[in-house]
Amino acid sequence: MTVWSVIGSGVAGLAVASELVSRGARVQVFDPVGPPGAHGCSWWAGGMLAPWCEYENAEEPVLRLGRTALNWWAARTQLHRRGTLVLASPRDLPDLRRFARRTERFAEVDQTKIALLEPDLHNFTKGLHFADEAHLDPRQALRDLYRQLQEQGVVFHRKLAPSRLENAIDCRGLHAREVLHDLRGVKGEMLVIRCPDVALTRPVRLLHPRMPLYVVPRGDGVYMLGATMIESEDSSRITARSMLELLSAAYALNPAFGEAEVLEIGVDLRPAFPDNLPRIRRLGRTIYANGLYRHGYLLAPALAQGVADLALENKHSEMVDDDRA
Amino acid sequence: MKAFYGTQLPNPLMLGTAQYPSPAILEQAFRDSGAGVATVSLRRESGAGQTFWQMIRELGVLILPNTAGCHTVKEAVTTAHMAREVFDTRWIKLELIGQTDSLQPDVFQLVEAARILTEDGFQVFPYTTDDLIVGERLLAAGCEVLMPWGAPIGSGRGLNNEYALRAMRAEFPDVPLVIDAGIGLPSHAAQAMELGYDAVLLNTAVARAGYPAAMAKAMMLAIEAGQLSYQADPIEARDMAEPSTPVIGKAFLS
Repeated sequence: MTVWSVIGSGVAGLAVASELVSRGARVQVFDPVGPPGAHGCSWWAGGMLAPWCEYENAEEPVLRLGRTALNWWAARTQLHRRGTLVLASPRDLPDLRRFARRTERFAEVDQTKIALLEPDLHNFTKGLHFADEAHLDPRQALRDLYRQLQEQGVVFHRKLAPSRLENAIDCRGLHAREVLHDLRGVKGEMLVIRCPDVALTRPVRLLHPRMPLYVVPRGDGVYMLGATMIESEDSSRITARSMLELLSAAYALNPAFGEAEVLEIGVDLRPAFPDNLPRIRRLGRTIYANGLYRHGYLLAPALAQGVADLALENKHSEMVDDDRA
Repeated sequence: MKAFYGTQLPNPLMLGTAQYPSPAILEQAFRDSGAGVATVSLRRESGAGQTFWQMIRELGVLILPNTAGCHTVKEAVTTAHMAREVFDTRWIKLELIGQTDSLQPDVFQLVEAARILTEDGFQVFPYTTDDLIVGERLLAAGCEVLMPWGAPIGSGRGLNNEYALRAMRAEFPDVPLVIDAGIGLPSHAAQAMELGYDAVLLNTAVARAGYPAAMAKAMMLAIEAGQLSYQADPIEARDMAEPSTPVIGKAFLS
C-alpha cells in the first residue's frame, strides 16, 4: 500500500495528513524541527473561522471553500461557535457600511445589542454580528491533530525528508519557494496579552484603515491581538508602530486593556501566491500544497481535501493549477 | 502634456499600489486602466528580497516611490535614499505628514526636505496643500512639479476647494500640477482634469473599491474625458438660457 509522505507539520501539513488518514491512506510526516511549534507561521495565527468577514476583502473562493472549514475542524478540535463582532469607531462608520455592503450573513447591532453580546464593550453604537462564524485555539488545534494522527499510526520523523521521495506532499509554506517561484511572504505581527479585567467571548474586529485588527479570546483572560499585513519579507522583528497600533486597537475596545500583561510577541511570514489564494501543484513525484496566506485555518481543510482528491483519486479541484506528474 | 522632469507620461493617471486585496488584482487594475505611473511606498523595515517590489517593477510602468508615513525631514530623506537604491530612480514623491487625523502635509518640513533632496540630485514630487505661497517656496527649493491635495488622503471627498485649485493652476501655468489625494469618484478625477491639471494620483478609491480593476478603468476614462474637455475649451456657465437655434422669425402662437 502506498505510503504518503507529508513534509511540514504546520496547519497545512497536519490537515493534509488528517484528511488522507480519514480516507484510509497511510501517511508519514517529516519535519526536522519536530512537533507543531513556533517554527511554523500557523502557530501565530488568530484561529478565526470567519469566511463571511474575510469575504469583505477576499475573492469568492475564500467564502465558498472556507465555509466547509467549520465542520471539518469541529470533528477534530474544540470549536467555539460564538460568531464574530465587527465594530467601528464613530468616525469610521463609512468603513462599517462598506464592510456590510461587501459581504453577507450578518445582523446589524446597536449599542444595546452589542452590550448583550459582549457586556464589556460599551463604547460602540453600531456593529455587525456574524452569528455563524467560529473560532478555535490554533495551538490546541495543531496539538489535537498531532495527537490524533499519532493515535492513528502516523509516524512523525524529526528529520529532513529524504530527497527523491516517492509520493511526497510538500507543505513547507514559504520554505518551498525554491520550487514555487511565485510564492511570496507577507509579514504579520501579533501579540498575546493577558487581561482578566476584560471578558470577551468571541472574536472582535475593529475596522481600521490600514489593517484588519482583531482580538481573539483564548480563555482565562488571554487574548490574541492581530495582525498586521505588510508586504515585507523580513520577519526578524515587530516595529514599535505595529505594536502601538495593535495595542491602541485593544485600548479603543476597552481601556482596561491598558493594564494587560504582554505575554508574547509574534512575527512571521504568511506564504501567499499573487492572488492570495491557495494552490496545489503536482510536479514530478511531489504534490505541493501552499499559499494559505492569512487563511491558514479557514482554508486548510479545503486544501487538504483538494490534495486528497488529487493524490488518491486523481481528481482536480479548482486549486490545482499545474499537474506535471 | 507637460513633461515631468523631462519625462513625458504615457497618460495622466498615476496609480498607487497599496491596499489591494491581492497583487493579482493590483496588476489587473494597472492592465485594465493603462495607468502609466505606479507609486510605491517604502518602509524602512522592508529590507532586501522584496518579492512585492519585483512585482511592481514587472508592471512595466514608470515608478514613483514615495515617503508615505514619514513625519520628519530626517525620516523622509532616509526613505528617499533607500527608494533611489531600490528602484534606481531619481523620482521621489515627498510626503511629510503633519497630523495623524487629517494626514495633512507639514508644509514647513516639506519645503526643507525638498531643498535637501533636490540638492542631492532627486527630482521631487511634493505632496502639498493648495497654498500658493507654499507652492512658490517648493519651486524655489528646486521642485519642478507640485502635487496639491484635493482632500485628505483616503477621504474620497473630491476637490474640497475648487477655487484654490483654480488659483493654483492660474498661478503656475507652466508647472506640471497633479491632484494628489482625496479623489473618490471618476467625476472628481474628471473635474481635476477639466481645471487643467496635468495628472491625477489616486490609490484608495481604486484599491478599496469592490472591483478595483473596473474602478481603475473608470478613472482612466474620466481622466481622458476631463483632459479632452479642457483641450476643447468648454463653454462658460451662464445664468440665462442661450437658445441654440434662432428665435427671431418664429410665429407667435398666442
